Amino acid sequence: MTTPLDLAEKRTGTTARPAPRGRVRAPRTARRTSAWTPWLYLLPALVVIGGLLVYPVYQLGLISFLEYTQAQVSGGEPTSFKGFGNYTALFTDPQFWQVLLATVLFAAACVVTTLAVGCALAVLLTRVRALPRLVLMVAALGAWATPAVTGSTVWVFLFDPDFGPVNRLLGLGDFSWTYGRYSAFALVLLEVVWCSFPFVMVTVYAGIKAIPSEVLEAAALDGASQWRIWRSVMAPMLRPILVVVTIQSIIWDFKLFTQIYVMTNGGGIAGQNLVLNVYAYQKAFASSQYSLGSAIGVVMLLILLAVTLVYLRLLRRQGEEL
Amino acid sequence: MSAPSSFRIRRPGRLAAEAVTLLVAAVVAFPLYWMVLSALKPAGEIQSTDPRPWTLSPSLDSFRRVFEQQDFGRYFLNSLIVAGTVVLASALIAFLAATAVTRFRFRFRTTLLVMFLVAQMVPVEALTIPLFFLMRDFGQLNTLGSLILPHLAFSLPFAIWMLRGFVKAVPEALEEQAQIDGASRTRFLWQILFPLVFPGLVATSVFSFISTWNDFLFAKSFLISDTSQSTLPMALLVFFKPDENDWGGIMAGSTVMTIPVLVFFVLVQRRLVSGLGGAVKD
Repeated sequence: MTTPLDLAEKRTGTTARPAPRGRVRAPRTARRTSAWTPWLYLLPALVVIGGLLVYPVYQLGLISFLEYTQAQVSGGEPTSFKGFGNYTALFTDPQFWQVLLATVLFAAACVVTTLAVGCALAVLLTRVRALPRLVLMVAALGAWATPAVTGSTVWVFLFDPDFGPVNRLLGLGDFSWTYGRYSAFALVLLEVVWCSFPFVMVTVYAGIKAIPSEVLEAAALDGASQWRIWRSVMAPMLRPILVVVTIQSIIWDFKLFTQIYVMTNGGGIAGQNLVLNVYAYQKAFASSQYSLGSAIGVVMLLILLAVTLVYLRLLRRQGEEL
Repeated sequence: MSAPSSFRIRRPGRLAAEAVTLLVAAVVAFPLYWMVLSALKPAGEIQSTDPRPWTLSPSLDSFRRVFEQQDFGRYFLNSLIVAGTVVLASALIAFLAATAVTRFRFRFRTTLLVMFLVAQMVPVEALTIPLFFLMRDFGQLNTLGSLILPHLAFSLPFAIWMLRGFVKAVPEALEEQAQIDGASRTRFLWQILFPLVFPGLVATSVFSFISTWNDFLFAKSFLISDTSQSTLPMALLVFFKPDENDWGGIMAGSTVMTIPVLVFFVLVQRRLVSGLGGAVKD
């Protein structure tokens, strides 16, 4: 791309050289800089991202086409090309489909609940005085700031069958939340919603504040209910913000790892609470099937890429300039 | 701040809304309250089948145990070094990159921006496998560098994307003025643009700080044999065993791990909210 020599030359050129004026796409302000300056600024970022993100992605794809287990890692056996062998093995494994389905449904449940709670509370915040608002904001910031690992341990403790306050409060005796598949997922869902609704709430609240108050007043004077105001006035006006928080939530919840890993102790009894990310990790590092783990990683990557493309299209449609 | 709100004058409605708000706040804050409370409870009260929401004899035993049995102070320092390095490095690198993509028009600019967006979607955990081999080949396994470098790479795309709005918000006229006044580009960059974008940098750094501070997958995978290089999440899980959890220790460890993030959040929360607004609106 750029050689050090190039850069050295450009560096000295930045101050001395007159602006290359002939360019068609020249910026509005004429700059006394060479065309290489932006690349110079971008260089550190590109090196780091290229070496530690783009290259690993390439490696991930490569490993997913190889035979790569403990024997190859220790150098006992040569790596051999397997073509789509790993993918065939994956797609014919009923557990994979089960985990994929669980991941999609669980992420969907998390996203919907998080958005509903976040938006409802954002609207609530606009209807109360400063003090209650501050109290909820502070509490939400606390939940937001809590690291995923500690959030997970605390929630497991809260719902502990022997010593937890929740079972006592609800009179559930020694009901174990992590034993059943759905109750374990429900417990993780509660923790995920707890730590991710603040982002939605704060962002949407800021968005509502930016709506001209006359609009909302007019709707209220016309006798619209709070729900109607949200659906017909706020939601359409907040669409750009809602798109961002929705996509962001989808991406976060689809990639969930820590909560499931910690709260269900690595994927639940007999892997009943596995999601794709944990599944890939277990395949690779617990059973040394690195190539199979990589294939799962590639599948996740492609799904998230699809989500991203939808996001980009939505942004484009809103006429946003990158 | 206070918008004219003549349309919300239904008093009973507002009181009910405020009651609900306070109730929700209590529920949201409860897990954190319970965490700190349990960390302060003496051993007998934690392993009690009749948990009470208060304690009359707070003790620091759990904290003492955590710091003595486990080398928690050291892990705390390790976590701080990793997160601190990532925050500083990513702020500087992202600032330069964000300036490049907002203040210049050049070929592949849009392509790059789309790439930064796409890069945010990459599931970090999926890259554990190739990164493990990469770190092994460079002899970085069991070092803090094996945590710093990947987290730097993963926090950059989002940081650049978010800082873009802040850099854009600085009027171009200011730059022209600086040029007319004879300031070099470097001088403009560091003495004018940097201070103006600083609030944005702070908001952005929250995210890189949190993702780095929280990480335990990389720590678990890359720091295999050298526990002296361990970070907090790893150390916390030592107390976390099925069936015989030392809840007092876990809660004390969790408290120690949560407090720095809380402090950081409180310090920057104002900027965080405005920063998010900027990133979202832009």
